[in-house]
Amino acid sequence: MSQNVLDRLKAQFTGGELLETGTQHGDEWARVRRDAWVAVATFLRDDPATKMDMFIDLTAVDRFSTEPRFDVVVHLYSVSRKQRVRLYGGVPEDDPTLETLVGVWAGANWFEREAYDLYGVRFKGHPDLRRILMYPEFVGHPLRKDYPKEKRQPLVRRQPNSVD
Amino acid sequence: MGLDFYTGKLADAVNWARKFSLFSYPFVTACCGMEYMSVAAPKYDIARFGAEFPRFSPRQADLLIIVGTITERQGPALRRIYDQMCEPKWVIAFGVCASTGGFYQNYSTMPGADQVVPVDVYIPGCPPRPEQVLDALILLQERIQRGEGHSQVMLKAEQKNGPGYDVPTTAIRPRTAHLPGAVESGKAGKIG
Repeated sequence: MSQNVLDRLKAQFTGGELLETGTQHGDEWARVRRDAWVAVATFLRDDPATKMDMFIDLTAVDRFSTEPRFDVVVHLYSVSRKQRVRLYGGVPEDDPTLETLVGVWAGANWFEREAYDLYGVRFKGHPDLRRILMYPEFVGHPLRKDYPKEKRQPLVRRQPNSVD
Repeated sequence: MGLDFYTGKLADAVNWARKFSLFSYPFVTACCGMEYMSVAAPKYDIARFGAEFPRFSPRQADLLIIVGTITERQGPALRRIYDQMCEPKWVIAFGVCASTGGFYQNYSTMPGADQVVPVDVYIPGCPPRPEQVLDALILLQERIQRGEGHSQVMLKAEQKNGPGYDVPTTAIRPRTAHLPGAVESGKAGKIG
């Protein structure tokens, strides 16, 4: 459906920045090398043939026990060109960092905070990387596969001996 | 036929008055709220039981209706609202989420509002039928008349044994918890 986006990417990035590309269920995707993350995003936004002017979504996937462990997934759409593409950025467990996309699309701000909150991926250069859903006292990242399913971190409980 | 007789009769009369003039505070957090509106609207008409007046200030309410899922993050706010209400006060847990956490079994949902505030009547259902809510209100009225609400029992115990009321200190969160420096306490890392 949007093969020309991948063609433009392949023509522009020839130094191995694109690790893999493909099509699934009519949507195109590209796996991007970590150091080219922002460059690819900026190109997709600015190139007149791709013109990805709408940031749809950013989230993360925990592919536990594979390497790299985390994938940051970005969904992009071009309102004027009516085409969409999906980017994957692999993030290893021992250094879970990735460059921020806030400078490219301002809307990425809260999505990156969510990915940080729930998966623990740090976005380098993010202006305000705080938890957004969980409370500040929360320890760990609850959507990681090794977070215990039954673990609770209560903020307040009734006193065991109180009359009320 | 001494003073006890008269004060006993007085308590009965006061409880009778209380049970027919419940001012409710609806703590509505989720989809059960739609069913609560239906109960309050003319078709089911909770006003027939003297509880028609939702007050959106806890200081003017004596019945806390917890309608919907309570998350761990909402816990301090819920406890603070309960503490602000005037005594005696009663609590209804509306729906399975408020009663037990319902089908949520995860890191964010509190397994029942009774982890934080004492609940007098639990209403099962997802969401409960309006008739169930009215039934729960009648059960609560009977309980009020007998003087067996949690808050009433606690007040009696205090009259006998002195103050025993115990606010969990963790219910009062520092207002700085959301500031950037506090993030470090919730820092990334493996769960041990």
